[in-house]
Amino acid sequence: MNELVHPYHRFIRPSVTQTTFCPGCGDGTVAQCILRAIDGLGMDIDDFVFVSGIGCAAWIPSPFFNADVLHTTHGRPIAFAFGIKMGLPEKKVMVVSGDGDLVAIGGNHLIQNARRNVEMTVICLNNGIYGMTGGQAAPTTPMGIQTTTTPYGTFENTFNISRLVIAAGASFVACWTAAHPRQLTNSIKKAIQKKGFAFIEVFSQCPIQFGRKTGVGSAVKMLEDYKKRSISPKEAAKLSEEELKDKIVVGELVDMEKPEMLEEVKKMKKKARGGVE
Amino acid sequence: MNANRVLTGRYFMMGNVACAEGAIAAGCEFTAGYPITPATEVANRLAERLPQVGGAFFQMEDEISAIAAVIGASWAGRKAMTVTSGPGISLMLENIGFAIGVETPCVIVNVQRGAPTTGMPTVGVQGDMVQAKRGSHGDYEIIALCPSSPQEMFDHTVIAFNYAERYRTPVFVLSDAFVGHMREEVIIPGPEKIKTEYRKIPEPGTDPQKIRGFLDEDVAPMPIFGKGFKAHVTSSCHDEYGKRNLIDISALDNFIRKLSNKILKHKEEIILVERDYEGAEIVLVSYGGVARAAAMAAAQARKEGISVGTLRLITVWPFPEEEIAKMAKKAKQVIVLENNLGQLYPYIKAEAAHFSEVSFLPPRLVGEIQDPEDILSKIREVAK
Repeated sequence: MNELVHPYHRFIRPSVTQTTFCPGCGDGTVAQCILRAIDGLGMDIDDFVFVSGIGCAAWIPSPFFNADVLHTTHGRPIAFAFGIKMGLPEKKVMVVSGDGDLVAIGGNHLIQNARRNVEMTVICLNNGIYGMTGGQAAPTTPMGIQTTTTPYGTFENTFNISRLVIAAGASFVACWTAAHPRQLTNSIKKAIQKKGFAFIEVFSQCPIQFGRKTGVGSAVKMLEDYKKRSISPKEAAKLSEEELKDKIVVGELVDMEKPEMLEEVKKMKKKARGGVE
Repeated sequence: MNANRVLTGRYFMMGNVACAEGAIAAGCEFTAGYPITPATEVANRLAERLPQVGGAFFQMEDEISAIAAVIGASWAGRKAMTVTSGPGISLMLENIGFAIGVETPCVIVNVQRGAPTTGMPTVGVQGDMVQAKRGSHGDYEIIALCPSSPQEMFDHTVIAFNYAERYRTPVFVLSDAFVGHMREEVIIPGPEKIKTEYRKIPEPGTDPQKIRGFLDEDVAPMPIFGKGFKAHVTSSCHDEYGKRNLIDISALDNFIRKLSNKILKHKEEIILVERDYEGAEIVLVSYGGVARAAAMAAAQARKEGISVGTLRLITVWPFPEEEIAKMAKKAKQVIVLENNLGQLYPYIKAEAAHFSEVSFLPPRLVGEIQDPEDILSKIREVAK
C-alpha cells in the first residue's frame, strides 16, 4: 500500500520533521492558505523567493517552505525583499511575518514600500501580541489588556494595520482572519498576481499568549470571536468609529491600478541611456 | 547613448566620484543609500552613472533599509554596495552582522566624519576605525581598506568588491571627508587591466539537499537565489547546509569559528601594506590621509640625517599583527599617527611594544591631519 502523503508535502523542505507552532496556533492555517494559493495558480514554489523577519509568523517560510528563503533581522524583511526584487524582477517575492515585525519595529519599511508600490506580496499575521518572547504588548494589542510588559493593562492606542497600508498607497490590500481560509486563499492568489505592492493582513489566533492573557481562551473560542467581530466593508461603512472599535473589517479593501516601481525604474534606465533599450 | 562601464582615461577627480567609478568598473549593479554628508557625492555619481550601464542607485528610507536592500540584491546574484558616514554605519550595524552571518558579499563605503553622534559632518576624522571591526554584536572578522587618495578611492573600491566576492563577506572602504573630497589626478585603466572577481556558486542542477553553501573556511559556494538551489538562508546559528540549530553549543562554536577563520585563514592574501622602513631606527605607522603627512615628515627627517621610515596600513582589518611585529623587531622607536585620539594605537602597541618603544602622536586638533612639522618635532624628540 502506498503511503498517504499530504498534497502540499512537496512544498515542505525535506529536512523539516515537525512544526514549531504551539497547539491551536493560526499560523499553520495561513501557511496552508499560502501553499494552496500557489498550487491553485498552477505555480511552482521555485517561482518564489520568500523573506521573513523575526517572530513566530516568520517561521512559516523558514524553514518550512522548500524554496529560496531569506530569514532576516527583526523588522527588516520588506527592505531585504526590495533588494531581492530589484535583483530578480522575474521572481515572485513574498514576505511573511508578524505584526510586531512588520508594523512595530519595521513600520517604516512597510509604509515606504507601500508608497513605492514595489511589486511584492506581504502577508502580515496579526496575533495582537509578541508570542515568541512570551506575551508582551504590541502596537496591535487592544487597550486595557494585561500582558507581561503591561501588568496593569495596555494604555496605548492601537494600529489599524490595513488602514495604515491603504493610506500609504499600496495597490492591493485585503484583511481576513484564520477563520476565513478560503477567502484568504483567494486573496493571496490575487495578491501574487498583482502588479504592485499587495498586502494582506490576517488575524491569526495565539491561544497560548493572547488567549490566556485576554481570557478569550482556546483557539476555538478565539476563532469564534474573530467570526463574531468580522464585518464586511459595506457593513462597516454604516458604523461610527466608536462602533467599529472592536470590529475586524474583512474583505478586499483596495484593488487598484497605479504606477509600479519596477516599471518606473525601467523607464528611468531607458531615459538614462538616451531612450535606447 | 550607451555609456561605458569603465571610463578609461586620465582625470582631475574627486575621491568620492572616483569611488563610484571604481564600483561601476568592478561590476557593481545595485546600490542603495541614504543622503549623508560627506558621502553624498558617491551616491550622486552612482545615481547618474549606474542607470547608463544597466544598474541603479536607490534612495532608501534610512540606512537600515539601504544595507538590507544591498544584502537582498547580493543574494539575488548582484554585486552590491552602500555608501554612508558614521551615523549611517551606526544604523547599519545589526544588518552588517547579518551579512557576515549569512556570508553575503557586499561593499560598505564609510566616508568618515568628525566626532560621535552628529558631530561635524564636513570634517574628516578617522573616528570609526574600531567600529568597523567591533560595532556589530558578537565575535566576527571583517575586511577594511583605508585609501589615502582619490586614485585609491577608485583602486580600493575595486579591490573591496573582489575581496567581498572572493571571501563572501562585507568589505569596508574606510575613507574620510578629506580623502573623499580631495581632488587629484585619477587614472582609470582600460577594462582589460581591471581584474574583477565573482563569487563561486554551486553547480546548477545540484541536488539542493546536497549543497554545502555555508561555513567553509575556504569559502563555500554561494547558493544565490533564483537558480533552484532552494537556499535556506538564516542568520540564526546554522550548519554547513544552512539548517538552523539552536540547541547544540558545538553548532554555535562551529558557526562563530568558521566565519572568523574564513577571513583569518586568508589573512596573507588580504593584508596590504606599504613598507618604507628598511634600516630605519624610527618608524612612523599610519593609514589613510595621515600617511601622506607621515611620508612627507619622514622624507624631511631623512634630509636632516635622522633614520626614519614609514609603515602604511592599507588593510586595517583583519589586523596586520605580523606586519607590525616584523617592523617593530628592527625599529628602536615606533610612532603611531592617526587622525583620532588613538583607535588603532592599542592594537599596534600590543604587537610593537614587545620589540621597541611605541608612542602616539594625535593631531594638534582632532579633525586636522597632523602637520608634517609637528611630526618632525616628535621625530626629533624621540631621536634624542
